[in-house]
Amino acid sequence: MGVVPHLSATQLYVKAAKLALDDAGITKNDIDGLITCISWAEPIMYHAEMIAEYMQIFPRYCMTAPSGGGTTLAMMHHAASAIMTGMCNTVLITMADSQVSGLSRDKAIEAMAGAGHPQFERPYGPPIPAFYALLARAHEHAYGTTAAQRAAVAVACRKHASMNPAAQMRKPITVDDVLNSRMIADPLHLLDCSLVSDGGAAIIMTSAERARDFKTKPVYLLGTGEGHSHEHISQAQSLTTSAAKVAGERAFAMAGLKPKDIDVAELYDCFTPVVIIELEDLGFCPKGEGGRFVEGGRIELGGELPINTHGGLLSHCHPGHPGSMFSITEAVKQLRGECGPRQVKDAKISFVHGQGGIMSTHCSTILGSERI
Amino acid sequence: MAEQISKPIPSPTHETRPYWDGCKRHELRIQQCAACGQHQFYPRLYCSKCFSERVEWVRASGRAKVTTFTIVRRPVSPAFKDDLPYVVALVALEEGPSMMTNIVGCAPEQVAIGMPVAVTFEDWTDEISIAKFRPA
Repeated sequence: MGVVPHLSATQLYVKAAKLALDDAGITKNDIDGLITCISWAEPIMYHAEMIAEYMQIFPRYCMTAPSGGGTTLAMMHHAASAIMTGMCNTVLITMADSQVSGLSRDKAIEAMAGAGHPQFERPYGPPIPAFYALLARAHEHAYGTTAAQRAAVAVACRKHASMNPAAQMRKPITVDDVLNSRMIADPLHLLDCSLVSDGGAAIIMTSAERARDFKTKPVYLLGTGEGHSHEHISQAQSLTTSAAKVAGERAFAMAGLKPKDIDVAELYDCFTPVVIIELEDLGFCPKGEGGRFVEGGRIELGGELPINTHGGLLSHCHPGHPGSMFSITEAVKQLRGECGPRQVKDAKISFVHGQGGIMSTHCSTILGSERI
Repeated sequence: MAEQISKPIPSPTHETRPYWDGCKRHELRIQQCAACGQHQFYPRLYCSKCFSERVEWVRASGRAKVTTFTIVRRPVSPAFKDDLPYVVALVALEEGPSMMTNIVGCAPEQVAIGMPVAVTFEDWTDEISIAKFRPA
């Protein structure tokens, strides 16, 4: 991941799949379910079918997920449901894109400008950061959240990325670096915004019983939940509380756990204010306290709730739709104790949250190193 | 006008045509449900509150308040470059619905949440005028 000019988007999907198969110690013939996401660099209508064809696998469950940062976790929800209802036994979820090398940076930004309503939003010229700036400003107004507090999120992610050789941006930054970076859409600075990247990742899901036969120790899906509140930001019922609240409540209820039980959290961080709103909506702190919560190293390694230990979308990589895949792979590695200098000590339970659209579509997932 | 040609000019649909016809005459039109009285924007086949099909077009007062805003410093496309810096805002219409818009007619730094604003129209083509808001 990062900038990978020697692999096409399709090759990134398949390479990620191979790495996941090798990790699990199974072959492609063990896969009977396949989920992919659409690639912007190589858009193909029947994308999952094309990847299956390329790999020469013949699944009985095959789906191309539509789009957005909530997709990965929602697809785990679908895969778990497909396994539990007997549609298939072992699902490969592979997601990738080539947004730097397969699509120029300007083209990627232009493609993202298609996010607004074609008649009632796009004529006003909002780039993606502007949509999130609207949320940041509303949160600031309602709760007194500051630019320095938002910057603390970027600083924490970069600190963690500095300990991750795979991260795209590894040079540590300070709050002042964020505040002095170029203003993109007030009040968001350049370093409040995530990266544009190439990259891919894959995971394999199967039943706990079947996973016993795999060579690698699995982690367990303890809870998952979704919440969907709108598509267009101008139609959002609230600018300061998101459907992350519903998603998180459902996931915690399924797992029978509470926010205090979480050892490490990988929270969707396309822009810094999103993390602050998620921390509140997911119940890690009271509403309006997110800005204060992220201060003082609380979300850094060694703090009360380390977040985005791989560096997040802000510093690790952000290839578009597959962004949350790296939250999942990081959460799995944390639970297996494979993270070296950025390992959260004795991490047993991790929380992962993804959101897509403009705080539109949310999915929370709780993973554990043991079955509960 | 050359710059404006490459801006995303809306294509009215059967459903949204009355709104754009209103804009062309510099009238802000939204829908109101004859069954429950709710106003809604954008236009829909049914009332989004009670799902009645008795939705009617009405002229909005054009008065609104800013609910949130941002000052865009990097344009979404070169077509918006000459407008920099420009304000993208959400406003709450007096009748209730929320709209995205640009706040014009004042310095971007003067815009504030809660600021009263009034609709104004920018003619893009003979057919399409865009509803914007200025300080009231």
